[in-house]
Amino acid sequence: MSIKLGVPSKGRLMEKTFDWFGARGVTLSRTGSEREYAAAVEGIEGVELVLLSAGEIPRELAAGRIHLGVTGSDLVREKLGLWDEKVQELALMGFGHADLIIAVPRAWVDVTTLDDLDAVAAAFRARHGFRLRIATKYHRLIRDHLRDHGVADYQLVDSQGATEGTIKNETAEAIADITSTGETLRANHLKILAGDPVHKSQATLFKSRKADWGGDNRAVLTTLQSRLGLDG
Amino acid sequence: MPETGAAKADVRAEAARLLSVFEGQGAQVVEADILQPAGAFLDLYGEDIRARAYVTHDPVLGEAMLRPDFTVPVVEMHMHGGAEPARYAYMGEVFRAQEEATHRAREFFQVGYELFDRANPAAADAEVFSLVSQALDGLNLTPATGDLGLLLAAVKGLKTTERRRAALLRHVWRPRRFRALLDRFSGRALMPEGRFELVAQADPMECDAPLIGLRSHAEIAARVEALREDMASAPISGQEVALLEDLLGLRETVTNVLEHLRDLAVDMPAIAVAVDRMEARCDALAARGVDVSNLGFEGSYGRTSMEYYDGFVFGFSSPDRPDLPPVATGGRYDALTRVLGQGREIPAVGGVIRPALTLYLAGGAS
Repeated sequence: MSIKLGVPSKGRLMEKTFDWFGARGVTLSRTGSEREYAAAVEGIEGVELVLLSAGEIPRELAAGRIHLGVTGSDLVREKLGLWDEKVQELALMGFGHADLIIAVPRAWVDVTTLDDLDAVAAAFRARHGFRLRIATKYHRLIRDHLRDHGVADYQLVDSQGATEGTIKNETAEAIADITSTGETLRANHLKILAGDPVHKSQATLFKSRKADWGGDNRAVLTTLQSRLGLDG
Repeated sequence: MPETGAAKADVRAEAARLLSVFEGQGAQVVEADILQPAGAFLDLYGEDIRARAYVTHDPVLGEAMLRPDFTVPVVEMHMHGGAEPARYAYMGEVFRAQEEATHRAREFFQVGYELFDRANPAAADAEVFSLVSQALDGLNLTPATGDLGLLLAAVKGLKTTERRRAALLRHVWRPRRFRALLDRFSGRALMPEGRFELVAQADPMECDAPLIGLRSHAEIAARVEALREDMASAPISGQEVALLEDLLGLRETVTNVLEHLRDLAVDMPAIAVAVDRMEARCDALAARGVDVSNLGFEGSYGRTSMEYYDGFVFGFSSPDRPDLPPVATGGRYDALTRVLGQGREIPAVGGVIRPALTLYLAGGAS
């Protein structure tokens, strides 16, 4: 028996995750050739490392196919309905910070808040005959946020990349996306709506509630948590 | 996942029984496709419907939905050449995604009755209510009623700008947002961030970024002008707000409410026509044997349901089982026929019953 720890398979998120565990005495590493997705764990018995796309980790956690997983808190909330019934946050890891925000053209001098966006959406629909389009890949988070704030007469259009370009291309009037520094937004003549971001995301260590925690797995988790300095 | 654990065949038989009650009143039995084009639902309810309905994709037809209700397809069918007046009855499954309330049924039978009639709205309201009430006879349910027509009339009569009235009317079905706007328009809450700064500028349109996207310079300028007008407008008076709150807070029997509304209408003449309508409905209900002196009325009833009711609204719930959804709901939706009729409209009122719940409550078992 062993518990499976899912970690992003590439890029800065993987490196930072390796650093975070390494600083706490658990060494994660890739093994084999450069292109082979194989990995090893040293410093603790009974933990198996699984390299996965960060976007698939929420689903694998929810299904219980991995016991623990590192991914952005935004992805868990977006991809899992009732997320906190499926996974539990064990540690906010302090990197991978990004805000999910809503942005509009800077030239919209009349728009500062969601309140303005709602009023503009009503006028836009009356003028153009269709609902104001917001390009995003965060459909659930944005829809819930806009409903909570009473925004109507908008539609979400799916955008899986280059979202900041959709307004200039006239396939959307506003966007909702993750930003860390806001530079891409500025370069594309966009501004962020005032108020709190829709979600403040960071890399988070999650525990699956559905995975098999029987046998030795519970003990392995307890050992890992104390090694990582998490009182569990 | 059924809420009641009843076998589907039994629910279907119960649905057929209720359908025959409606059919016995001269209703024409109609069918509707389970797979519905998503467009009409999205335009009516907005993106929120995506959280409540199952959206699927067809490579040719585009976005489609598993029927979230019958009203929209029945209205569309009627608007494409139904006779007048018309009475329709139907039964079948509807599908509702339950992201938050996972114990709620995701697919369940509805049996419904829809009445399209120009001649006498009060009699039509009473017909649908009493028919549903009779079909539920013996189940010990508590009826609740309301009238969104009163609220809409009160808002339309507010002594303020057309824009403010339109903004409030648009959010009547979102009570929190309605409240926030009312507070602002009456000077009880601050203007949103950035608004004073904007109108204080010598040239509010000045901006160092190029204009991108479909929304034009003229549209932005028009809104800046609208904001200026709004900032210069007098607040809605405290007396008017108090009257509106009085209306929203009503919770009494229909008979007592009616008396109170007559008093309110002295200070709020805009609601007088709606009060007359309510009185006519009250008489029509009594003529059909409904005990109006014990019938409950709530000023805010129907505001949080689906967005199409704009007049009489009602529901029947089990007082012993407040955990169950309402056994039957219904109401008047004149505006919906206007939206779906593309220029044509016909006053309409309808109601639906959930046979799984009537079966369950009649059985008395848990």
